[in-house]
Amino acid sequence: MKADPAGVLTGAHYLDGDFACGEGAMAAGCRFVAGYPITPSTEVVERISRRFPMMGGTFIQMEDELASMAAVAGGSWTGTKTMTVTSGPGFSLMMENIGLAAMMETPCVVVNVQRGGPSTGLPTMVGQGDMMQARWGSHGDYELIALCPQSPQEAFDLCIDAFNLAETYRVPVLFMMDECVGHMTEKVVIPTADEIELVPRTLTEKPPGEFLPYATNGNPVPEFARAGDGYRFHTTGLTHDERGYPVMSVECQEQNVRRLMDKILLNVDDIIRYEEEDIEGAEVVVMAYGITARVARMGIDMARAEGVKVGFLRLIVVWPFPEQRIRELAGAIKAFVVPEINYGQMVLEVERCAAGKAPAILVPHGGGSVHDPADICKAIVEAAR
Amino acid sequence: MSTPSEPPRPEEHPIAPFLRMDRMPHIWCPTCGIGTVVKCFATALEESDLDLDKVAICSGIGCTGRVAGYMNMDAFHTTHGRAIPFATGLKLGRPELEVVVFSGDGDLSGIGGNHFIHAARRNMDLLVILVNNFIYGMTGGQNAPTTPTTARSSTMPFGNFERPFNLPHLAASCGATFVARWTCLHIRRLTKCIRMALRHRGFRFIEVIAPCSTLYSRLNKLGSGLDLMRFYHDNAEIRHGADTRDIDIGFQDTIVCGNFVDEEQPTYLDMMHAHYEKVLGGYYQPMPPEGGWIHE
Repeated sequence: MKADPAGVLTGAHYLDGDFACGEGAMAAGCRFVAGYPITPSTEVVERISRRFPMMGGTFIQMEDELASMAAVAGGSWTGTKTMTVTSGPGFSLMMENIGLAAMMETPCVVVNVQRGGPSTGLPTMVGQGDMMQARWGSHGDYELIALCPQSPQEAFDLCIDAFNLAETYRVPVLFMMDECVGHMTEKVVIPTADEIELVPRTLTEKPPGEFLPYATNGNPVPEFARAGDGYRFHTTGLTHDERGYPVMSVECQEQNVRRLMDKILLNVDDIIRYEEEDIEGAEVVVMAYGITARVARMGIDMARAEGVKVGFLRLIVVWPFPEQRIRELAGAIKAFVVPEINYGQMVLEVERCAAGKAPAILVPHGGGSVHDPADICKAIVEAAR
Repeated sequence: MSTPSEPPRPEEHPIAPFLRMDRMPHIWCPTCGIGTVVKCFATALEESDLDLDKVAICSGIGCTGRVAGYMNMDAFHTTHGRAIPFATGLKLGRPELEVVVFSGDGDLSGIGGNHFIHAARRNMDLLVILVNNFIYGMTGGQNAPTTPTTARSSTMPFGNFERPFNLPHLAASCGATFVARWTCLHIRRLTKCIRMALRHRGFRFIEVIAPCSTLYSRLNKLGSGLDLMRFYHDNAEIRHGADTRDIDIGFQDTIVCGNFVDEEQPTYLDMMHAHYEKVLGGYYQPMPPEGGWIHE
């Protein structure tokens, strides 16, 4: 379906990434946001709270991030598209109910504008240290989807994609921004509502007596019924069967958790997105995401000036990780170079998938600023030797 | 149709339509008080004119946290302590819903205490029924924020030296507009109270004192569930409108019951609508009662 024009601020704007993310959410049809203030993410909800009353949306500032995430999960069960916004410390608190949303198969979007950690860390300064937390932060096994925008324009565009993916796969989608993208101001072009394609919340067509909330019918993503439509369904964070009833057994656990994994793992080809530049004939491939992708480009140009053949792989969807592509590349190149604003997170995935065929060289940064492109260049040149 | 000589079959029980009979038997212990509160709730629903298709119920974790799972309505068994914010999302996502939170003392006043006070402060339009058995039952009788001073629990084996919450006072002082306390013995009064609360708008809080014979009673040598009911009979004192400051519960002390607060105040949504209508006028576009679901 096309976007609701009420939420689409068509035109060319000069926006920071946080505002652009908020505009993306509203264009995507998000109409309920619960959040708790935290730097450097708060501008997202400030933007939304100013515009929501004019488009039938409700924003509530909750008492903490535990409550924000719970409200977003609850709100989604009315069919309303929901989102919350936070940064590292709040992201940690949200893990509990991100797990609930994954287990109940609740579509929603969680924005994390990453700052330096651990703990309170660097509230106003950039980090990319929550990438593994995004994947593994809540206990138990589940799959979800995470995206990383590299610019305010992408904060807008990919936020819409985040909502569409959440609806398609009934998962929480993590929108992993960083402080630099959140606070940099650039041109953002917002198209007309007609040009924005949305995945609507599709409701089951079964009558209440025949509907089972977690029946798969061949599609690992179950059909949805919203609260208040007479289905009188039950849902729980406990291991459950097709009826949504708790069943404490090895068999039910296997079926339930396996399906949570499979609905993503069997669809990775449709979910995974990355950009490649000059991969053909490259000796070294740089893999980066978020703001670091933009800094890496400069390091790559510097290395090319020194005669190294460098390819570039920019992750757009970071989870699920493009395992297959890394495996393919690993057999054809000398090394991967992975700059990230942490002490080594996504580089571990590259290393795992490359399986010894090519080394994965980390260019670490503890946070607080972006890399010096010269450091990335140096790593590339050394890797090519 | 059964004749009077035949025992009624479970599906013919008057409150069977309100329950998920395919989930019976429930997990609660013999003489546990939670089932009695469920019966009172179901009876109150039956006597109300609410469309059950528009009623949603949320529970947290624990013995009382299992209530949502047995009620035949849209039911959400959420995370520990988070039933109130989850319910807040349901209410704000589809304002026409009547949203009920049914959970225990540890869930709502321990791990969920922050959400409880803020929902009361906002006068969020939720009915919160809290079953207080003075202890963490599901996990084996640990000390709760409601355990009376000197009472034993599995983590206060020499007796509790902390001070417990006076929950009606907490709710009232945070802004709840309907506050009551009853025990499991007060079946008719509790049912009537729930019926009143279902008609009331805003944050409504009902504490129900319930026996836990398996843990609280055993650890404190208080006898069977029946003995606890007898204790309620002898020691509950009905004082409608009592000042909630005066209704602390001591160990094996008087339990003051009654409807303490019943006042009309604008709810969170009332205040939001009124404010935006005032400051934004014709620009204000409220979420429709059926919610923010956008479809073709």
